[in-house]
Amino acid sequence: MDFLTLIQVFDTTIRLATPLLLACLAGLFSERAGIFDIGLEGKMLASAFLTAAVAAVTGSVLVGLLAGIGGAMALAGIHGLASITFRGNQLISGVAINFLAAGLTVVVAQSWFGQGGRTPQLSGNARFGTIDLPFAAEIRDIPLLGPIYADLISGHSLLVYVGLLMVPLTWYVLFRTRFGLRLRAVGENPAAVDTAGISVVGLRYAAVAICGLLTGLAGAYLSTGLQAGFVKDMTAGRGYIALAALIFAKWRPWYALGACLLFGFLQALALRPDVIEGTLGFEVGVQLLDALPYILTVVILAGFVGRAIPPRAGGEPYVKER
Amino acid sequence: MTDQTPAIELKGISKAFGPVQANKDISIRVMPGTIHGIIGENGAGKSTLMSILYGFYRADAGEIWVDGRRTEIPDSQAAIRAGIGMVFQHFKLVQNFSVLENVVLGAEDGAMLRPSLAKARRELKDLAAEYELNIDPDARIEDIGVGMQQRVEILKALYRQADILILDEPTGVLTPAEADHLFRILKGLRDQGKTIILITHKLREIMEITDTVSVMRRGEMTATVQTAETSPPELAELMVGRKVLLQVEKVPPKPGKTVLEVENLRVVDSKGVERLRKIGFEIRAGEILGIAGVAGNGQSELLEVLGGYRRAEGTVRLNGKPLELAGRHANGRARRAAGVAHVPEDRHHEGLILDFSAWENVAFGYHDRPEFNKGLFMDNAAIKADAAAKMERFDVRPPHPHLAAKNFSGGNQQKIVVAREIERNPDLLLIGQPTRGVDIGAIEFIHEQIVALRDMGKAVLLVSVELDEIMSLSDRIAVMFDGKIMGERLPAETDERELGLLMAGITDTDKPHSEAEIEANLARRHASADKEA
Repeated sequence: MDFLTLIQVFDTTIRLATPLLLACLAGLFSERAGIFDIGLEGKMLASAFLTAAVAAVTGSVLVGLLAGIGGAMALAGIHGLASITFRGNQLISGVAINFLAAGLTVVVAQSWFGQGGRTPQLSGNARFGTIDLPFAAEIRDIPLLGPIYADLISGHSLLVYVGLLMVPLTWYVLFRTRFGLRLRAVGENPAAVDTAGISVVGLRYAAVAICGLLTGLAGAYLSTGLQAGFVKDMTAGRGYIALAALIFAKWRPWYALGACLLFGFLQALALRPDVIEGTLGFEVGVQLLDALPYILTVVILAGFVGRAIPPRAGGEPYVKER
Repeated sequence: MTDQTPAIELKGISKAFGPVQANKDISIRVMPGTIHGIIGENGAGKSTLMSILYGFYRADAGEIWVDGRRTEIPDSQAAIRAGIGMVFQHFKLVQNFSVLENVVLGAEDGAMLRPSLAKARRELKDLAAEYELNIDPDARIEDIGVGMQQRVEILKALYRQADILILDEPTGVLTPAEADHLFRILKGLRDQGKTIILITHKLREIMEITDTVSVMRRGEMTATVQTAETSPPELAELMVGRKVLLQVEKVPPKPGKTVLEVENLRVVDSKGVERLRKIGFEIRAGEILGIAGVAGNGQSELLEVLGGYRRAEGTVRLNGKPLELAGRHANGRARRAAGVAHVPEDRHHEGLILDFSAWENVAFGYHDRPEFNKGLFMDNAAIKADAAAKMERFDVRPPHPHLAAKNFSGGNQQKIVVAREIERNPDLLLIGQPTRGVDIGAIEFIHEQIVALRDMGKAVLLVSVELDEIMSLSDRIAVMFDGKIMGERLPAETDERELGLLMAGITDTDKPHSEAEIEANLARRHASADKEA
């Protein structure tokens, strides 16, 4: 495998890891506050559709992005209402959101555009274009560093950089601010937060809202960055993979980056069976490669990767005790 | 003293939960710079009253006056602003946060954490020096013992400038040495001018530390007296509403043949932690062996093994015949058939099915006996008649076998379990925390039943974290610490101090021991248990 191929695979890794990373950080905020969210998938899907649809109609991807974020946050609000205000079962609420999104997106797309549940192909300003970082062209010819900078680091869409910047930002908010301290506390022992005179409900809604915002970005990237339009079920289980990555990452932002890059790498490899064959010397079935990220998900969710301690109050609605 | 303004004055507080009147027209004056005890049975309404004062509930009627000013306390934040701090029975700490983070949580100075933490670190140092509340600010809560955790709760309140400190059943989880230390801290706080409200059901604590005591019964405040002018029997009578025997009356034991022999009993839990470290003891007929110890030192595992629902290695013989510890017959049913009755420590999870009716609960474990069955079917009429008879003999109130178990009070629930187990004429009774969450009247009754069983020539293994209970019921006392039996004593030849040292894992009890030493020992065991986990 030559150097340029490696750069290409890593480049694909970053692009494929971005929606996972954004969704994973979304789940991180929610679960750190004690609200389990298996509805990441549904929120991404809703945002992917709304972003693409509104971008197609208005011709502006930014307007589309706002619509996508709005849709994801609305679903997050439903999840919050069910699991925080009405103290319902968080898993069931999440599943309901996934079904709702899977069905609604296709139905609405069909009645809106009549293209078999798709949105029209997007181009120009209706998509996120790539951003060339300064001097990319100038230093491309420098050996080693040149291609790494020009082809791997530069030339991604805006949301890729947003996703990468979210990692240190999440870390900072969580571990260096008052909000973060309270958020982590409410996921571990809401009674401690309540007796300190802080609103458990308020904090949890804030966390769920952030989750909606980030899944909104993740979905928007899928349909307007990675692809050029919405197709049925285009999230393809990424919400669940993000959850697996979150557990793998032990609910920590930097680990989350690592876990998502790993999953992204596996997905990138699946796109390049020729590279695998070149490296290993024999052919590996494409189906097996495609399945790899999902197999890893199952392995992680089954708890084979060390002991991960989830937030102690996760999944439990908070009820004041007597 | 009467010309002073009370630190807290409650006027006519009432609170109902549905049809249950938890607090009825309660008025109380708590003077500044005193330790004011509130005593009452479980369900007397003490905790509800304090929750109202701390803004957890809103009273249906009544007024709260703090330092002579009428104060509305709609939420905890308002209580904190009014200078009221609360140390709950179950600590409200975040386990994987440091001491410092727990203290700061909710009382931060700005959006950024760093300056808040630095300020708290300085203030903790001052507070530690002032009140003998030494603690490592960077230790994680999950790594420190309960005594330390309680100090963190007190520090939290003091950090929020609390002048009035409410402690709800603070000694329930402490060793005697830790409780003594707590009392010294509280006296220190009082001498610095803080006002302390101590909620408890333990008469000894009231007598030892309070200046004034108020007694609650069934939601009402029945009396407020100066502690120096009252006595434990008088307080007990005020609490229960009738005369109560505080000391169990029993004749000297007449031990017979050995009923239970335990040798080299070893238990390793699912995390690989050794919970019982090859212990051995025996109990004879007509004898009560009391196992003392702080909760979590292997007593629960011992009961579970003997009760047949935890696997173990070693030898256990009942009446000379070995009991299976790991095989197919290591189950509760086989144990019952062999003559072992078991009143488990946790009646809600192990002793009863709360949603099932009392008559079903009275039959559990014995429902396959021939007298309860007609061919393939259960003879419900026979079971109900049996349950009704047992409930009457044990004075379970209300005497309705059809009522679900959850609708009985703690004491009556416990009577149901005890009736089920004792009335089957077992050779060995295992009984764990027989009076946890049980009111004084029922405690008296249950104690009498245990002693009566022993006088009938049965063997009793009693596990309790209440040292008073162990001291008054046992014929012999074994103390457990960290999965080992630290020693056996006769109740007449020992005292709380000696047992307390054994409970902290210190065997050379003749030497004087500093508190620091005891604490260090407890912390070490805590840390090692964690590491193994």
